Amino acid sequence: KHIVTLNMSEEKGGCGECTSCQACKTSCIANQKCENKNA
Amino acid sequence: MIHQYKMNGYNIVLDVYSASVHVTDDLAYDAIHLLDEGKSVDEARKELAEMYKDASAEDIDDTFSDIQELKDNGKLFTEDIYEKAAGYLKKQTTVVKALCLLVAHTCNLNCSYCFASQGKFKGDEGLMTFETAKRAIDFLVENSGNRRNLEVDFFGGEPLVNFDVCKKTVEYARSIEKEHNKNFRFTLTTNGVNVTDEVIEWANKECYNVVLSLDGRKEVNDRFRVNRAGQGSYDRIVPNFQKFVKARGDKAYYMRGTFSHYNTDFTKDIFHMADDLGFTELSMEPVVTDGKSPSTLTEEDLPVLYEQYEILAKDMLRREKDGKPITFYHYMIDLEHGPCVYKRVSGCGSGTEYMAVTAWGDLYPCHQFVNDPEYKLGNVFDGVDRTDLVDTFKECNVYSRPECKKCWARMYCAGGCSANALHATGDIKGVYEYGCKLFRKRMECALMMKVAEAEMAQEQENEAE
Repeated sequence: KHIVTLNMSEEKGGCGECTSCQACKTSCIANQKCENKNA
Repeated sequence: MIHQYKMNGYNIVLDVYSASVHVTDDLAYDAIHLLDEGKSVDEARKELAEMYKDASAEDIDDTFSDIQELKDNGKLFTEDIYEKAAGYLKKQTTVVKALCLLVAHTCNLNCSYCFASQGKFKGDEGLMTFETAKRAIDFLVENSGNRRNLEVDFFGGEPLVNFDVCKKTVEYARSIEKEHNKNFRFTLTTNGVNVTDEVIEWANKECYNVVLSLDGRKEVNDRFRVNRAGQGSYDRIVPNFQKFVKARGDKAYYMRGTFSHYNTDFTKDIFHMADDLGFTELSMEPVVTDGKSPSTLTEEDLPVLYEQYEILAKDMLRREKDGKPITFYHYMIDLEHGPCVYKRVSGCGSGTEYMAVTAWGDLYPCHQFVNDPEYKLGNVFDGVDRTDLVDTFKECNVYSRPECKKCWARMYCAGGCSANALHATGDIKGVYEYGCKLFRKRMECALMMKVAEAEMAQEQENEAE
């Protein structure tokens, strides 16, 4: 009644196919997407 | 660990280690706060009854029952179970998957705030030869293990000063990607001066993303972004960028601006680019300086910047409602399919997965370390000889920085930028605290937008019924 939950890859992550530095270049990961189709 | 804050009329609770985002009523918000302070359920229940005299015993019971249910489901007050991921990363053999190719150590603009000192990186001017670029591509393929997606950014200086080498490099990479089972993703970062029809056609065919440098309003852009004769670049680059973006269709691009002490009202620059120039994919970054420049952001600027980030978030929600959304790079959060925990712990991969290549083929941990002799890793012809440095960068993660221990945003920033840390504290394992403060504010705004968007979606669903 009092709390709504809106929505952490540990099991199947780490594939490395997703690099953040490649828009900002100076104030670097939150806005990345996982590109592992199996995760 | 949790983080609670109120923004735009919402009570928001982030559970750090599950990345769960909760929206609560006042009763639950204060109950969670009391428990987070270390109060027992009985003590918290008593205090809550004092605080909310109108609340029924049933209401208070329900609140604690909700909290307990979330705890039981691993969505609230979860423990940190990810330190082992940092240990795993330390032992793992890393592969290189991205290169920043500095194809031109020179520039046709003369921006005084440029961290790369007008493309020369405090060294000599020079252009990368195709032979060096070709060798860099081979180095990447040879050192990428079984990674399929490989990234190359054409950077400088101004890469289009050496456009011919950019074209030949892509042509070469495309000619070998199938036999090596690789997928090259090229990006281009440009100041727009040399953007021609030929460049547009090439970039729209070959580049996965383009980053276009523009600081916003004409007077803001032309304060720093001037040519060697001191003339502003706005009138020349804006039409080029508009043509570029129009031709780009639905392919990715970002207008990338820099704000400084001189334009702490940077939302006006973002809105100028959106409303007056027609750009929708936007990124505005705080200036990086040596701390001595008058453009350096100050502690006094912080409240202004915080307010600006909130203004931006609220305005973006308004635009969404009006059906004309814009994108702000730092507000792009995916709560369902974000980066995996290994990525969240290890960060950008500088010095391990990501390296910068100078025009002469020297390797550095990233574009911000170039020409610092202490950080030269090797070169693309002979490979990496400073494996000790690679190991040091491998250890640069959210668990190696004591300052990050108590930070709620640690699983979103991964410990921050090592180059900024070095420049601010003299240690790549330090933290650039000013950047942290801005980052946390941006995350609060981004999460608030997610809450508001969920509410909007719910309202639309209700209307449809």
